[in-house]
Amino acid sequence: MSAPPPLVRLHAASFGYADRLVVGGVDLELHQGEVVALLGPNGSGKSTLVRGILGLTAHQGGDVELFGTARERFTEHTRIGYVPQRHSLSASVRATVTEIVEVGRLPHRPWWRPASREDRAIVREAIADVGLADRATEEVAALSGGQQRRVLIARALAGRPELLVMDEPTAGVDHESQEALAEVLQRLADRGTSMLIVTHELAALEAVVSRIVCLDSGHVDFDGDFAAYSAHVAGHSAGSGHHHPEDRVARSGHVIGAAPLDPAPRRRTS
Amino acid sequence: MNDILALDFMRQALLAALLAGFAAPLVGVFLVQRRMSLIGDGMGHVALAGVAVGVLTNSAPVLTALVGAVLAAVAIELIRASGRTSGDTALAVMFYGGIALGVVLIARSSAGTPATLTSYLFGAILTTTTGDIVVFAVLAAVVLATTLVLRPRFFAVANDEDYARALGMPVLGYNVVLAVLTAVTVVVSMRIVGLLLISALMILPNATSQLFARSFRSALWWAVAIGVACSVGGVVVSYYAETPSGGTIVLLAVAAFLLASTGAALGARARRAAHARSERHDHEHRPGCGHAAIEHGDHVDYLHDGHRHAAHEEHYDEHGPHTKVEPR
Repeated sequence: MSAPPPLVRLHAASFGYADRLVVGGVDLELHQGEVVALLGPNGSGKSTLVRGILGLTAHQGGDVELFGTARERFTEHTRIGYVPQRHSLSASVRATVTEIVEVGRLPHRPWWRPASREDRAIVREAIADVGLADRATEEVAALSGGQQRRVLIARALAGRPELLVMDEPTAGVDHESQEALAEVLQRLADRGTSMLIVTHELAALEAVVSRIVCLDSGHVDFDGDFAAYSAHVAGHSAGSGHHHPEDRVARSGHVIGAAPLDPAPRRRTS
Repeated sequence: MNDILALDFMRQALLAALLAGFAAPLVGVFLVQRRMSLIGDGMGHVALAGVAVGVLTNSAPVLTALVGAVLAAVAIELIRASGRTSGDTALAVMFYGGIALGVVLIARSSAGTPATLTSYLFGAILTTTTGDIVVFAVLAAVVLATTLVLRPRFFAVANDEDYARALGMPVLGYNVVLAVLTAVTVVVSMRIVGLLLISALMILPNATSQLFARSFRSALWWAVAIGVACSVGGVVVSYYAETPSGGTIVLLAVAAFLLASTGAALGARARRAAHARSERHDHEHRPGCGHAAIEHGDHVDYLHDGHRHAAHEEHYDEHGPHTKVEPR
């Protein structure tokens, strides 16, 4: 019996915009059960890469396969959950936590069918999974930035995905919410959910990540486990004063250790 | 009221008002959500060219307006989807070209008079025929059924287009359907509110309900209730006050918005007045400061001698005594 195909397979894949290539010639495979942290300095192409995998940024060359199917022919969108890089949810109209999370269930039913009892139960479960059960009927605009991130994760979880793709889930989130997020991700990893996480705060996710991939200027610069990554960063730091872009990641992440992002109490302005 | 209901044309007018008042806010909420509140206004401009073609060729202006508005709707979404910066200019050319063409064609028509033009621009419920009402009822039924069935999809796309795309949803398709429903609503409402005022009936009830509702669902149904009340109420008032129906309906919607705004402002003021500062102390609360941190809505309270303190500008607010169950 042959092994199942990788959840994501990139071969010489390039992504970008009409006037510029951002990620060029990337080879990468992500297998069932892996939790991959995608690191890299600002502008290295991390978000472009995950958006390219999801079909949100133009595919400009090479092969992209999802669950063994070429990206262009892939239709099993329910197998992938996406948590976008957003600092806050749109406040143009009011919406509750439940109303936002319900969106994650939509691909599981045809357009003419209303939500079933099972859909509603799964939405409640996803909200409880991220620790917001007591906030389910509250407006998302009234929640903190960290809680809003958890709403976006719950929205992705409501789709019961096999692969969760997250773009900076911990960025700009207070220390308390970072810990809550790490707990959520650990529970998902324990359940066997595979993850691809773009992050700058490796320390917050250290316990859950099984593999690290570093991007630099649109190319994969490192791919390995924690031990190899530490050696990789140490090797660069021992150089002759030349600061490799990776060092910046190391300074904010695993090797040097991250400081809590929001040590002071939040001071409201109104 | 019985005297109104005894009149055939007023019964028709009230029915048309009911349909427009229901359909317009139902579609309009997604325009507000997508920050496209003025798009209905643009479609009204183009619909006038359609009306003019109908007047000029002696065919049904409602149907030619429908064709014009639907073509404009599809063009708007395709131009927006192209993402070109020149798209905004293209929309302006289309909208102003539409209304200018309408004015010129109606002036050239033998049946066209300034009164004809005014009746379409600002609404003239008394000139609505039984045939018009039947067409409006059918169109309104299509708008209501489609919007109610697709509501979760429209919400998803308007809330986060990228996410909807990642879910594999046909985002452009839903946006085109919503634009066409908006165009149909413009035509359904043009006799009662007028092409220049229709956007108000789509947007103002939603703007009003957003001031006090707590969820998308409740805001939507409140908007529909306000839309129906203003629309039907406007027709009744216009009958007794002998004022144009369109302007009267929109003025009622503006009054509802101002009333709700005032209520919301007074409520916020009362809450501010109720906010109490804690006693002065030099200690600064922070994680690990020795006081328990308790998450409270969008901020963190610190438990201080049995009281909850929350940082606020340069002082701490008193958020009451601590109980085991967190106040919601």
